[in-house]
Amino acid sequence: MGAYVPALAGGVLIGLSATMLLLLNGRIAGVSGLVAGLGRPSDPRWAADLAFMVGLILGPPAFAVLAGHWPEMRLDASLPLLAVAGLLVGFGTRLGSGCTSGHGVCGLARLSPRSIAAVLTFLASSMLTVVLAKGIVP
Amino acid sequence: MRPTAQILAALGAGLTFGFGLSLSGMLDPARVRGFLDVTGTWDPSLAFVLAGAVTVSSLGYAVSRRLRAPTFAPAFAIPTGRRIDQPLIGGAVLFGIGWGLSGFCPGPAVAALSTGALPVLVFVGAMLAGMAAHRLLTRPSSARPSGADSPAR
Repeated sequence: MGAYVPALAGGVLIGLSATMLLLLNGRIAGVSGLVAGLGRPSDPRWAADLAFMVGLILGPPAFAVLAGHWPEMRLDASLPLLAVAGLLVGFGTRLGSGCTSGHGVCGLARLSPRSIAAVLTFLASSMLTVVLAKGIVP
Repeated sequence: MRPTAQILAALGAGLTFGFGLSLSGMLDPARVRGFLDVTGTWDPSLAFVLAGAVTVSSLGYAVSRRLRAPTFAPAFAIPTGRRIDQPLIGGAVLFGIGWGLSGFCPGPAVAALSTGALPVLVFVGAMLAGMAAHRLLTRPSSARPSGADSPAR
């Protein structure tokens, strides 16, 4: 039971963040899209998108200060496997126009048919991957 | 446009996002993989992260529909496409494979950069390379004669 309350509270904060970015700046809080936008410094929104990334990176240290410990992070995959996974996540989120935040948090909230299709697809493919990769990743 | 206000708003939103991820457990790839592992000892707790986030985010979206423009920008930039096409589904499949192998999606991976851990740096570096590869492959063809778009000399 202890894991559910922080999960829900963390989710509420993520939803608040998406709401802030939408109502104040008119932007969708899609992390993959914002990261990719950093490759286009001529975009007028570049500085604000970079500021979002800086804030995102400062989030875990801010949590550590308030909670007295860092958030748990257990990364079991080997470095070569992480490199392959990173390539797939980077390429796939650009090809598919979004990730867990853009399609999940923001797209589902808008009931966007594209986002609903994307979320169902990446949930299915990730679940299947976890089951099939049991021999490779503990 | 109010650039400084936009930058501060984005910084605050990013910090809230990163703090929320830290509190939620999404920063722990082993737990994310436990959530995705529906055939094993399934840990459903992370579904509450998405439920909480989507609920609040949909309220924010409902408010935005009643506004003419956001506070610090001239207009809302919201995707309008509705077509479910091959790139959308193919991209989601590839992303899901990478997410399942690592337990990292882009938000938590970027937030975890603050730990300075080598595996995180490797993952984020590869993610940026994957994004760059997509950009190179989808760049408008450079085969046409150079200078085709430039004004006549």
